[in-house]
Amino acid sequence: MRSVLIGVGNPFRRDDGIGPAVAEMIAWRALPGVATVSCDGEPTLLIEAWTGASLAVIVDAMACDEPVPGRMHRSEHPATWAAAGSASTHGLGIAEAVRLGTALGAMPGRLVLFAAEAGDRGFGPGLSAPAAAALPGLVRSVLAELRQA
Amino acid sequence: MNRELQVRALTRVEGEGALRIAIEEGKVTAAQLRIYEPPRFFEAFLRGRQYTEVADITSRICGICPVAYQTSAWRAIEDACGVSVPAEIAALRRLLYCGEWISSHALHIYLLHAPDFLGYLDAVALARADRPAVERGLRLKKAGNAVLEAIGGRAIHPVNPKAGGFYATPAGADLKPLAQQLARALDDALATVAWVAGFDFPDRELDCDLLAAAEPDRYAIESGEPATARGLTFPPADFGSHVTERQVPHSTALHATLDGATYLTGPLARYTISSARLSPVARQAAAAAGLGDTCRNPYRSIVVRAVEIVYAIEQALAIIGSYRRPAVPCVEVPPAPGTGHGVSEAPRGLLYHRYLIGSDGRIEAATIVPPTSQNQAAIEADLLATAQAGIDLPDDELTALCERTIRNYDPCISCSAHFLTMRVDRG
Repeated sequence: MRSVLIGVGNPFRRDDGIGPAVAEMIAWRALPGVATVSCDGEPTLLIEAWTGASLAVIVDAMACDEPVPGRMHRSEHPATWAAAGSASTHGLGIAEAVRLGTALGAMPGRLVLFAAEAGDRGFGPGLSAPAAAALPGLVRSVLAELRQA
Repeated sequence: MNRELQVRALTRVEGEGALRIAIEEGKVTAAQLRIYEPPRFFEAFLRGRQYTEVADITSRICGICPVAYQTSAWRAIEDACGVSVPAEIAALRRLLYCGEWISSHALHIYLLHAPDFLGYLDAVALARADRPAVERGLRLKKAGNAVLEAIGGRAIHPVNPKAGGFYATPAGADLKPLAQQLARALDDALATVAWVAGFDFPDRELDCDLLAAAEPDRYAIESGEPATARGLTFPPADFGSHVTERQVPHSTALHATLDGATYLTGPLARYTISSARLSPVARQAAAAAGLGDTCRNPYRSIVVRAVEIVYAIEQALAIIGSYRRPAVPCVEVPPAPGTGHGVSEAPRGLLYHRYLIGSDGRIEAATIVPPTSQNQAAIEADLLATAQAGIDLPDDELTALCERTIRNYDPCISCSAHFLTMRVDRG
């Protein structure tokens, strides 16, 4: 069974692009048995991406009060994800995908979410400086997770 | 008694928006679909950009129908520059657009619209009750996405199309697995038509005019000229002479009129104007599902969408079956100062673009008229009639009925706006 890393977000909304940025950095490593996908979090695309995977790791940006841009939160508890919120306008995409995937029996063996706090959610490409600085650490955490597959 | 009902965040629509119904002394006085952020920002920041950038920028207006935005854009650019593309490139563009129709319609039918007819809160409840049905819908969507990936480079915001054609074209052998997937999807599409044909459809008949692109010998998708159900046809360049946008106090999105009157674009318009140009299999499926030559019942739009999936899959298979790799992936589109107009049939209806290109190849003016903006007045007219007919219902039932009315039109609020939040005022 393969693993899949799914970067969720919009690279044209500043720190909302941190998920796709992580996916790009993982993709460059061409890890055997690891697929990488970037998407906007639309539920059917998420289900398609993780179906058949023994491990799916999602990286998404998270909106919160007084954010520390790039600060990362790891969770294996989907019931809490809707409350976590997302920087994108489709904030409930992952939670809805989990509900729909569960109803369809189309869930990965294990699903892990890394949510990174977003500072700048304005228009434009490129991460804010603090989010960009946090990116290597986030990649290391994701790689460690994928190695446990 | 006066009442006001509100839905601050409509569900099962593309994007986010609000609805307000006001009732005074037993009469519905207002039914407003509130849209806050029209795509005028795009029109503004297209100014000053090179004409070659337009298709890629406008594709970002929507993640559901980016191909529609790309297509109307390059049609307008090529119109301004006096370029037409070879038949092989035009066929690939139609194939790409078929992928978007399949994917978008499958999403709306199965995840957004069908739960209304079957009494489920959402697609998750539908999936728990009828898992094979939702799995069928996801297979269809996946087939549409496969077309988008094969021709467009990726399913969302395709990167391969450009003015003049494509950056790269697939070898014939590359399309064989896609043809196999589409052949299986055709069975799912026909099953979808049969499935939705069994739903109960309330009686409702729209009497407004209908507008859709039309072609003489086939169902219009990526090309054609605007045509109305009342028999008017005009070139894309005359769109602005017939369609007028105006501001309304409750919404920053513009409302459009056709020769001064409310009108509708989208599947009902396409089908009513061009059903005779569908393929024999699609026509047969439509007839078996109870559709006549025309369809003006917005509840039955789900059947029309299902028939259009059948047609799009057949078209895609036919294009792949006769595919010859173009000699060159694209033709040159040299800049030419002047104005160009482009229309195509987005899944939700006619999408019009107009650009003024300056002598240095930069865009001096841009106008984009998406289908949901055009349909907003017709949706509100339907809401007003529906709310008046249901005025004795309790607030929660009337609210649900109004939300269902909106979903009949599959509004893409992301295209015409950004955030939609319903309010019913009973005073």
